[in-house]
Amino acid sequence: MFDLYLNAAVGGALTGLVYGLMALGLSVIFGVVRVVNFAHGEMMTGAMYGAILLAQAFKLDPLISIVPVALVMFLLGYWLQRGVINAFVTRPEHTQFMLLVAIAIILVNGQLIAFGPNARNVQVDYALDSYQFGPLILDKVRLVAAGAALVISAALFAFFRFSLTGKAIRACADNFLGAQVVGLNVRHLYALTFGIGAACLAAAGCLLLLLVDVTPSQGPSYTLLAFVIVIVGGMGSLTGALLSGLLVGVSEAMAGALFDPSAKSMFTFALLVLVLLFRPQGLLGRKP
Amino acid sequence: MSGLFAGLPRRALVAMGVFLLLLLLAPWLVNAYVLSILVVVLYYAYAGQAWNIMMGFAGQLSLGHSLYVGLGAYAAAAVFVKFGVNPWLGLVVAVVVTTAMGAIVGFLAFRFGIGGVYFAILTIAFSEFTRIGFDHWLWLGGSGGLFLPVANLSSNDLVNLRGAPVMFYYVILAMTVAALAFCRWLLASKLGYYWQAIRENEDAAAALGIHVFRYKMIAVMLSSAMTAFAGVFFAFYYNNLFPEQIFSMGRSIEIIIGPIIGGLGTLFGPIVGAFVLNPLADGLAELLQWVGIDVPGVKQVFYGFCLLLVVVFLPGGIWPMLARRLGLERGH
Repeated sequence: MFDLYLNAAVGGALTGLVYGLMALGLSVIFGVVRVVNFAHGEMMTGAMYGAILLAQAFKLDPLISIVPVALVMFLLGYWLQRGVINAFVTRPEHTQFMLLVAIAIILVNGQLIAFGPNARNVQVDYALDSYQFGPLILDKVRLVAAGAALVISAALFAFFRFSLTGKAIRACADNFLGAQVVGLNVRHLYALTFGIGAACLAAAGCLLLLLVDVTPSQGPSYTLLAFVIVIVGGMGSLTGALLSGLLVGVSEAMAGALFDPSAKSMFTFALLVLVLLFRPQGLLGRKP
Repeated sequence: MSGLFAGLPRRALVAMGVFLLLLLLAPWLVNAYVLSILVVVLYYAYAGQAWNIMMGFAGQLSLGHSLYVGLGAYAAAAVFVKFGVNPWLGLVVAVVVTTAMGAIVGFLAFRFGIGGVYFAILTIAFSEFTRIGFDHWLWLGGSGGLFLPVANLSSNDLVNLRGAPVMFYYVILAMTVAALAFCRWLLASKLGYYWQAIRENEDAAAALGIHVFRYKMIAVMLSSAMTAFAGVFFAFYYNNLFPEQIFSMGRSIEIIIGPIIGGLGTLFGPIVGAFVLNPLADGLAELLQWVGIDVPGVKQVFYGFCLLLVVVFLPGGIWPMLARRLGLERGH
């Protein structure tokens, strides 16, 4: 019995790292541009469909598809911020929200029209491989996905920590006026940030494709999941997003093992309510 | 009552009167199909008006109003199906349940200073949480749905809310008109001014001595109580309830698109929005079907583009612009 729970928890933690990468994209965008990307999950299912098309056309492994899909999503994100959202940065919060809700509605139903309501997936030849460590049995796909998510997250951390562009973006987030005063091209940096966020979710989408099927209707659930993870971890905290992704992954898996897999998001929402009540700034967030 | 119309130009009164008369005579003027669309239009006008109290008047963005529709619908339907309780008494149960829910959501959010986007996400989380709960609540049918005994369409029984579409049409028309008058009264009351002060600047409102927490609570409870009516109507009009549908985020968004397109915070915005949006979407669906394209999702894409266009080009909504053009504004 204990073995079962242990396996569920570890498997959940591995999936959770991929969730963390998805939420990282949202956190980066919110932390810098101060716009909540309400089309996050819908953009991710879009990226997942992109990887499926690549797999069908060129037999590409989703792991390899990460590169082209993330590049396309980066460009789309850059364009979306520069062309559409930028005009809304100074508008009231609810107007920004409605703009992205509109984009989300168009995306999710556009996918429904283009790909139909049925679940699609990609078969990789190592899908059923697994490793055994004592009582612990780990699926190869889960390990690969979690490892890749960690590597990409580490690259992102390094980019923000050490690169000049990363520092410039952090400067915009810290002090909008100051960044303008010292001559940073804020418009470009905002668009860049949105592009990076979109590339993150594209990578997360490709990795998730190793683990789950995709349907258009999952878009809103992923958006919600990303929000919950970011709020639980603390808005703007990158480590927090990764940690809380892990936590949510474990809680989903435990809900599946203890009760019923379809009740998993109830656990996640319960986690959200608890955090909002007792630690509104999130696990690793700074006090407002 | 005369205060309701104070300051309106004569042509606005005439336009309102003619519009209301046309709606009252509609069952004789249009066929059953158009009437069924009108019922949907009025349903969204009513639900939008209820939502508008929270967002348009008090500035609290709720993206989870399907929670209150669903709870109201399930409460009244459950006591009707399980215990044979009359729907109007069921309505009381529904209002109590949804108001309590609204109070819980409001208390958790406002007590701990959760606002803006966080509040919106909390409302979604609550409706999703409830949806999953109802999916697993087998006493009420679970995800298989709850069904009401189908009405005998030839006789109208207003007491038990069983009857022909025409009866439901008049019920929802009466509800919409009553909601409009009620909101008109609210907006001009002290409460309405407090809400608008909170909406514009919460800190300034608090500094003026407005008990912000109390009035935000009143907004969320009133809005959820009013939305319960919409839920009860939905249950008895459609006779079937599925958690997957009634609590879905898509339903919440359909409720709020009308007021936003019509004009957030205005009295006629929700009505204009519903009247513009639903017939357009249904017309589009008809047209596509006629051309031979029958794919799900087209209507929603259309909604998305409408919302996008209004948000980008007409941030105030259709009604304020329309009222100015037609000279229907309240006198200065």
